[in-house]
This record gives sequence, structure tokens and C-alpha cells, in this order.
Amino acid sequence: MQTPAAFEYERATSVDGAIASLQRLGPEARIIAGGHSLLPMMKLRLANPAHLIDINDLEELSYIRVDGDEIRIGALTRHVELLKSELLAENLPVFRDAETVIADPVVRNRGTIGGSLCQADAAEDLSAVCSAVKARAVIRGAGGERVVGMDDFHVGPFQTAVGDGELLTEVRIPLRPGAGSAHEKVERRAGDWAIAAASAAVWLDGGTIADAGIALSAVGLTTIHLTRAEELLRGKAPSDDLFAQAGAIASEDCSPTADGRGPVDYKRHLAGVLTARALTRATARAQEARS
Amino acid sequence: MATVENLPSAGTERPIGFGRLKRKEDARFIRGKGTYLDDIRLPGMVHGAILRSPYAHARIVSIDTSRALAHPNVAAVVTAKDLETLGLAWMPTISYDTQAVLAGDKVRFQGQEVAFVIATDEYSANDALQLIDVEYEPLPAIVNARKALDPDAPLIRDDKVGQRDNLASPTWEAGEREATDRAFAEADTVVTRDIIYPRCHPAPLETCGIIADFDPETGQLDIYNGNQAPHAHRTVYAHVAGLAEHMIRIRCSDIGGGFGNKVPVYPGYVCAIAGSIVAGVPVKWVENRSENLMSTGFARDYVMHAEMCAKDGKITGLRVDVIADHGAFDSTAQPTKFPAGFFHIVCGSYDLEAAHVQVKAVYTNKAPGGVAYRCSFRITEAVYLVERMVDALALELKADPIELRMRSFIGPEQFPYETTTGWTYDSGNYAETMRVAMEIAGYEELRREQAEKRARGELMGIGVSFFTEGVGAGPRKHMDILGLAMNDGADLRVHPSGKAVVSISAQTQGQGHETTFAQIVAEELGIPPEDVEVRHGDTDRSPYGLGTYGSRSTPVSGAAVAVVSRKVRDKARLIAATMLETRPEDLAWEKGRWYVKGDPEKGAMIEEIAARAYSGEQMPEGMEGGLDAQVIYDPPNLTYPYGAYIAVVDIDPDTAHVTVRRFIAVDDCGVRINPMIVDGQIHGGLAEGIGIALMEVITFDEEGNCLNSSFMDYLIPTALECPDYELGETVTPCPHHPLGAKGVGESPNVGSPPAIVNAVIDALHETHGVDHIDMPCTPARVWAAMQGRPEPPQ
Amino acid sequence: MNVTISINGEKVTRDVEPRQLLVHFIRDTPGLTGTHWGCDTSNCGACVVQMDGEPVKSCTILAVMCEGHEIRTVESLEVDGRLDPVQLGFHETHALQCGFCTPGMLMTARALLDENPDPTDQEIRTAISGAICRCTGYKNIVAAVRWAADYEAAAKQEV
Repeated sequence: MQTPAAFEYERATSVDGAIASLQRLGPEARIIAGGHSLLPMMKLRLANPAHLIDINDLEELSYIRVDGDEIRIGALTRHVELLKSELLAENLPVFRDAETVIADPVVRNRGTIGGSLCQADAAEDLSAVCSAVKARAVIRGAGGERVVGMDDFHVGPFQTAVGDGELLTEVRIPLRPGAGSAHEKVERRAGDWAIAAASAAVWLDGGTIADAGIALSAVGLTTIHLTRAEELLRGKAPSDDLFAQAGAIASEDCSPTADGRGPVDYKRHLAGVLTARALTRATARAQEARS
Repeated sequence: MATVENLPSAGTERPIGFGRLKRKEDARFIRGKGTYLDDIRLPGMVHGAILRSPYAHARIVSIDTSRALAHPNVAAVVTAKDLETLGLAWMPTISYDTQAVLAGDKVRFQGQEVAFVIATDEYSANDALQLIDVEYEPLPAIVNARKALDPDAPLIRDDKVGQRDNLASPTWEAGEREATDRAFAEADTVVTRDIIYPRCHPAPLETCGIIADFDPETGQLDIYNGNQAPHAHRTVYAHVAGLAEHMIRIRCSDIGGGFGNKVPVYPGYVCAIAGSIVAGVPVKWVENRSENLMSTGFARDYVMHAEMCAKDGKITGLRVDVIADHGAFDSTAQPTKFPAGFFHIVCGSYDLEAAHVQVKAVYTNKAPGGVAYRCSFRITEAVYLVERMVDALALELKADPIELRMRSFIGPEQFPYETTTGWTYDSGNYAETMRVAMEIAGYEELRREQAEKRARGELMGIGVSFFTEGVGAGPRKHMDILGLAMNDGADLRVHPSGKAVVSISAQTQGQGHETTFAQIVAEELGIPPEDVEVRHGDTDRSPYGLGTYGSRSTPVSGAAVAVVSRKVRDKARLIAATMLETRPEDLAWEKGRWYVKGDPEKGAMIEEIAARAYSGEQMPEGMEGGLDAQVIYDPPNLTYPYGAYIAVVDIDPDTAHVTVRRFIAVDDCGVRINPMIVDGQIHGGLAEGIGIALMEVITFDEEGNCLNSSFMDYLIPTALECPDYELGETVTPCPHHPLGAKGVGESPNVGSPPAIVNAVIDALHETHGVDHIDMPCTPARVWAAMQGRPEPPQ
Repeated sequence: MNVTISINGEKVTRDVEPRQLLVHFIRDTPGLTGTHWGCDTSNCGACVVQMDGEPVKSCTILAVMCEGHEIRTVESLEVDGRLDPVQLGFHETHALQCGFCTPGMLMTARALLDENPDPTDQEIRTAISGAICRCTGYKNIVAAVRWAADYEAAAKQEV
């Protein structure tokens, strides 16, 4: 088997302790949680951190709860917990949709939402999910906490707003009335990265879409936030035609690259198809929830 | 010590002989007590790792090993220069080419072996690879077989004297050119297709590896190695390394899958052996998965152009032209006289007037290999070609694909049937097998469902394939590998207590030999299978043979075991006659017992005969004591299993994602020794066929970078991609095999990919005009076909 | 660094580098080579063991991360000479051929039945979708888990 290069290892005993270590050790130190993004890269020698700070003991970062008008998810929450959460399934079914198709059930026992978001692979399903539901990321550093929207969180390929000496601790998702959400993904095989995926959330007010959140995975250098499609939907009544138009915008506004999963034209096509499908299911769920 | 007796029976009758018998070997595997190569640790053992070329084609300017040698845990770094002094820098291949063990002048494929590090442990060995500095001068690379013979193509094998181009093997022909031309001239319908069988990989779950342990005191070389042909390997090492063959012992313990990937001799093996000879300690080398995918024996990579003709609704002729991509070294494994393997069985199951085949092989800057992955020596390529062409013809004739096949089949009365390309099929009743498949599938109902779905805009496809393949190589008058006859031996010894040991040449990698070969002895002699120990995998303790691949275990080794059991039975008869004080011709046999014809109560059980054979009592005139026999079995012909497969697929009209909803497989492999094991072989091969048809492929970019060198990109089906297979059987015994059995291991890989591709096209032809698509049928490729722009794979 | 891991109820202490993977730590322990490996990228599932009762890929966990956790390998399934029903099921339905994926499949199956004693075929297929088998085509593995579920249900009724 391929094996990682040597490194120093420590276990964090508190969040502040982890942050202090990050500060002390500098950019050659990486946080390890589930490790299912980092360790494979290290085995292939694509990442060679000199220090690993293991945060798996920080149970205080593992939770899914309602806090006022938000659902708050600790960064160390595992994929399997997001999949099983009835709280999420009721309020934000897009999470269960996505988790069903993220990696495989065994990997989901270890991987975390924090790890996925911070890995910032453009093909991460959860990044699109969080963008669509208007999540915000809580980043803590030595100087305190700051809260950042997903557009600002995803800076570029494999790059996030989490700076050296900082740790993502929580994801906050607003709970607003009239919500429905869904995730659609096409992959070459179960467990594979998306060829393309679309997350959609709608908030209905009466017969119209008060607000929408739509984001795409795997069709750009980072998560694609379809602001133009959201603008199109606001204030309109849902319809197949409307969602087809949103799909057309999705095809135009993404910037896929050709690779083993597919060529550019197919990925653009998928972006459109999956956007329309996700919006259709999200809306149906919103309507169901209300009735 | 765990035995199968520890495991509770389901309460059903345990057969003595053929039948559904649970496996003896399971006992250790379900406890995690198998012994695979990497499980073996020897005292003083060190670890090897291979530095591989990042370039597909480049001159090696310099290799600096000094930083690696300075690593405290590194014992040695071996390069081509070191191997040259031992005469081991190059080694012969099964195809009479040569392959670099470590690259000296040039690297010729990405992943080629450049240096071999020996260190105290695996982690250090991997670290040391980072410390070897190689300077390369990149050269243009050729990865497209069609372009390999272009006049301006870079010369890959400039190491070969007189080599002026990238031709690996000159055009090989089979069939009758003139008769074929006539058939085409007289035909009323001709279809043409360019069909590619892309490069894929057997990827057994256990990668390849070896432990070489040379004892300088005794000169004994002990090798532990999961390989499918241990005796042949021993002969090769003796020849290549100038070692005494009787001082080499190869032990294959448990092997985690072979599928043809563990047939070749790999450079890593030679390096480990050289390392052990020089260092005098055991050297272990186990490849990682990237190495396995990038450098070990791949499968297929046939670029084919075909024409098929018909007259009065019946298939009459076939013409095929193939460019075979053999990679950088020609290391395909097939019998000597057949450089394209058995591809010329491409006339398939049809009573053709004539066929003509030509195959030429080229070098490209890719890993060497080509014959692997349950291919039956290229029969997978042949059947894929002919079954795709039959469907192409069906489209042209607007005929039902099953009806066209039924009209064109070789009829049961025509067996033994000599094909126009020189094969003599042994037995078959094709139409019956096809009908069984149709019934299990509910073919008429499926067509109705398809029509209804089509009206609603849903895409559903039904694909058929019918194959005849040839396995059990082979008769010594027709074939050899490296000059070695493809015969297998069997030694059977019955001990005084009536328990037996049968030693065989075949080498299991999961096929259940420890159970099925015991069942053969049980069937022939009446000794219960739990009292028959099957020994294999140790060249010191098993008879010479050519191993397990090409589905040859049952046809060849199985026959050997049947014949040797009968020899023992005949000896037992003579001894029984003496015991019963009668003449041998007065005795009759019932399983386990010789008895007096006129007086059935009077008899001798095999256990009693065995005890007598070793006792001090009188033996028959002229006979030695003991109850054992030895045989080398030379099969008189191949055997020809066949089958009818039907695939049902659903295609998402917008995303083009293909799902295999149902797969019906009706196999006729003659007599079945253990139907449970036969079914298991078929299930596994169908999954592999689904993988090949939908997702498995090894591709390269223009610079020769391998794009599928991990399981993230070489996708293998999971349980979610495989349907609940529906199996049926017909049994048409093989007339020349002692048990009437034919072998089945490769049939599912042979038959399933064309059924699935035919189903995909069937789903898309009417609505989207698709009349061909190459594998793998990934969503992107299917979508492109639906847009009218099918692209060949690279 | 020194690490102590509880494997199959026994504490194993060894001095290892932080980079040593759990699969290697397990396989370096005498008698525990039943846990296998088959890839470099956490795809194949040959290395699956249980950590605190959940199936995990031991090739993607550092040994040092496992101190304080319970690791269970295939060797723990048989207790006092009695095979676990999942082991019986695999033997019964011919759910193994070369045996290389079997330990990972068994540990996954055991965890599934511990959480969901009556899984549907689809739930079984999903549970094992993180592990590759090249030999069996999965049909008999699904049957084996089904067999074990039925066996345990019957055993419960008898009690």
C-alpha cells in the first residue's frame, strides 16, 4: 500500500487547544478529523503536513440542534449522523438526499461535515447543500469567532476562508417557514464523486417562491452558487417551465472542465437537468409540508 | 483445527460426489485465517519497493541513488546496471518478446519499473523511493493503436535489433479469404462496424506480490507467490536466472483473486529474486493498487473493423480486421501458435459459409499485456465482436435479434461441428438454451413493456447475446506455451485408512478446487469429499501442469483427476478380486464398492481394499502394494461451453444513466460437478461484465499519462450496480471429457458485455437512432450517443 | 510513540510512528492478519473492521487515533468455537470464493444486523456498497446476510 511521509501527531483536548497548536505549529500543521480526505492525499504524497492535530476527541463539536431560528451543526458531526438525523430530515431533507449519495456507508461513519467543507473539493456535495440552504460557517481563531456566508467561505479550489490558526467549528442554517429542499446527483457508480450535482432550497409564501437557494457541485473550480437563477425564481409561482429556465441558467453559469467523468457539454447539460429536478422536488416538499 | 465438520449442516443431504456441497475451504476464510502473500512473514525478511517512471516515453539520462542509499533503513537500491551484471536486466516474455525488468536506456510506459529499493520495512522502502533522483528526457508518446504504425510514429522498441516500426507481431490470419469474399458477393445484406473493446483490467482484490528466499548454504530458492501457473513460473525462473529448476520451490498459498492478472512473471518478481540471491535474506515485494493498475497485465484493447453478411435472412459471412494494442512489450499469454489467442473463434455460434480474420499487434507506450480478465484467450473479444455484429445485422434486416440468431445457429445435428476458422465444437443444442433464457426472462412480456414505456418516453432496452467459447487448453498436438505442453497431472494416493490425497496441477484463486476436486474423487471412488485432501500450489508437492486460467481447471485438471481416480478404481478391482477370491471380470462397481455380480452381498468397500493394499496379505499377481496412481492428461480437444444471456436495462432519458435492471444467464457447461460453485462463478463474471460494459476502462491522455490508476477512477461495480441475477441451465455433456464437463469460469465475462451493450442500443435505436456505441457505457458516453455523437474511447 | 489499542477486547501496546495506519497495526499483531488491504484510496473495503461497533476503513485511520476506542476484527466473530451467524450464513450460501473481501464483508454485515436485524435486500446492498468483491457478484453475499438475519430472528423466538 502507499504510505504517508512521517509527521508529528498530537491530540487536541479542547477547541482552544487545537487553535493554539495550529498557531504554534504554523501552516505545516493540519487538522485531522475523519481523515478520509486528508489521509488518502497523504498516502499519495499529494499532501505532506509536518504535524497533524487530531480533533476527534472534541465531542463538544459534534451535535445537530435547534438554536432559536437556526439549526446548528457542529463541525465534527459525522456524515452518518447527518444522514440519520430526523431533525434534518424533517426540516432540511436536502441533507439526507445528499448523504445517501456521499461516498459510501463505511466512509460516512468517519467523515465529517467540517472536513468536507474545509476540503473544498468542488465536487463536495455538502458544499452545494450548505450554499443552497443559506448556511453560514463559524470560524474560530485566537482572536475570537467570525461568521461567514458560504460564498465567502468557498474561496477557490481546495481553498476556504479558514485561515492559518483557525478552525471551522459550526455550520448554522436558518429555519424559515415554507421550506423545501432537495439534492440531485449523477455519478458513474455508487460512491463516486458527482459528474454534476444540484442542491436546491425554496421557501414558499402562499403560491409564490419567496426565496430560493441553488448551488452546483463538480461543475466549476468551486461550488457554483446560481444567484441569477435564484433571482429568476423570487416572487414567481413555481412551474415546470420556470424550473426549466432555471436549469438553462445553471447550464450557462457553471464552468465545468472535461475529465474522466465527462466532457464539458454533458456536464452543462446535467447541471440544467439536475437543477430543474432539484427545484421540482424541493417545491413538492415545501408544498407537502404546508398541507 | 477447524474443519467443515465444525460447521453445522443445513440438514440437507451431503453428496458423495457431484452435487451442491458447501465448500471445505470456507472454514479458514470465514475466520480470517487464510494465508495470502502479504500475511507471510519470514525471519530476517526485508521489503522491496519499485520506483516507476512518471513518463510514458523518455530517455533515462541518469539515475542517482545516493540519497536513497544514505537512508538508514535502506539495504540496497538496484538499477538496470546492477541487473545487467546478473544477466537479468531483460527477461523473455510468454510471447517470445523481451521485457525490461528495470529500464536502462529508456522508459516505454508510464509506470515502468526503473529501480528496486530494499529496506527494513514497507514504510521506509516507500520513503526511499522519494530519494532516488532520475533525470529523464521526455520523448513523444504513442497511445493510440491506430496511430502506432504511422510513418512518423516514434519508435518504441529501438532496443530490438532490426525493429523499424511499432509492429509487435505481424498480421495473423485465420479462415478462408476467398470463400469469404464469395459469401459477401452473394449476400443480399452487408453491415459494417468499427468496434473497440477498450483496455480494462482484471484488478483482483489482492494485488500481486512475492517473497523470494534464497538460501546461499543450500542453493535452494523458496518462492512464495500468488500466481496462477506455479510450475510454469518455476521453469521460467530456472531458464531466466540460470538457476537449477529442482532447487526452486514455489508455494502459492491462498490467492485473493487472479482472473489472469496473476499469470505473467512481473519485473517485481525478478527483482525480489535477484535481491534475495545477492543479499541472502528473504525479500518481500508487494505492489500497491496504482502499480497493479498501471503496470500489470491489462486486458483487451482490440480495435476491430468488421463486416457481416446475410442471405435470405441467415448470417452467411464475417470479415474482421483487428489492431491489437499490446503495450510496450509483447507479453500476452497464449499458446505459441496463436498470437491472437483464440480470437478466430469469432464465427461464434453460427453456421457461417465462411469467415476471415486478420489480427496485427502493435506496440504502444502503455503497460504490457492483453490476455487476461477471464478472456479465454481473446474469446471475450471475439464473442463481443460477433454478437455486436449480429445485432447490427438484426437492425439492418429489421429482424428480432433472437429470431435472427435462431435462424443462423449451428443445429444440434451438426455436432461435432467444424467451423470455417478451424475449431471443432464438441456438442451443443443452442436453440434449446436460447428458449430457456427467453422463458426465464419472459421475453414477449418484456417487449410489450418496452413498447408501453417507449410510448411514455421511457427508455428500456433488451439485449441478447449467445456465445460459444472454447476452454480447457489444450491438446499437445495443437498447442503449447513457451514450448510446454498444456497438459495437467494428477496424483492420487489412498492411504491405508481409506482417506485420500489428490495432488493437482491446477491452482485455485477462489474457484473452490479444494471442494470440487474432492468431489470428483468422491464421485469416482465413493470416498467422502471430507476424506479427500486436495493438494495444490506447491511445486514440490504437486504434479507439473500449466495452471489455472482459460477455464481449464475442470476440462484438464478435472479430467486428470477423473482418469487417475479410475486408474485407482481399476487397481482396487484387482485387489478386491483377490480379497473376494474371484475374478476381476466377475465384479461390478457401485459407488465405493466392488461387489460380486452374482452375489451382491459379497463385496469389498474401498476402505477395506485400501487397508488390504498396504497390509501383509497377498496382492494380485504382478502388482505392487499401495493404492495410488499418477496421470498426465492430454485433452483430445478443447471443450465448448455456451450460453444465452439476456440483459434488461433502463436508461434515464435526461441524464443517460444506465441501470441493469435484470440479467438472465442460461449456461450450458456440460455436467456440473457442484452447481453451487458453477452459479457462483457465473455471478462473479456477470458483475465483471457489468463493470466492463458500464464503467471499467484504462485510458490515457496524449502524453501517455494513465488516467485510471486508482480505484477512484478505475471503477468496479458495487452491490448497488448489480441486479439479482437469474440463472438457468441446460446440460449437454461434453462427449470427450471423462466427466462430460466443460468448464465455465470465463463464460460470464465472455457473454455479458455484448448483452448489455446490445440492450443499451436497443433502448436508444428507435428514439435516438443509435446503432452503435463503444464501451464503457458511462452516462457521458451514452448521452453523446443520444445526441448523435458517439465517441470511441481513447 | 507508544500507543495502546483495545483489539478484540485485549489491550495491544506498541511503539509506532504516528503515520502507521490502523490496518498495519492490526496486521502486525500476531494472529490478526485476517484484516486485508486492496487499494490506496479508501475504496475497496478489504480493510473494514469495527471501531466502537461501527464499520470503518482501517487503511484510512491512524493507529494513534484509536487509543481509547474498541477495535473489533474478523477474528473476534467466533467465540469459544462457536461461529457467528454471519459466518455461518456466508458458508451456507457460498458467499465467498477467494475469501479476500470476506473479513470486511463479515464485519460490515455484523454491524448491519446489530443495528437493523431485519434489513431488506436493498438495505443489505447499500450497507456493503463500500466494499468491492470481484468473485461473487454480490448475490450470494446478500443471501448470506439474509440467512443470518433469519437465523437470528429464529433464535430469538426460541428463547
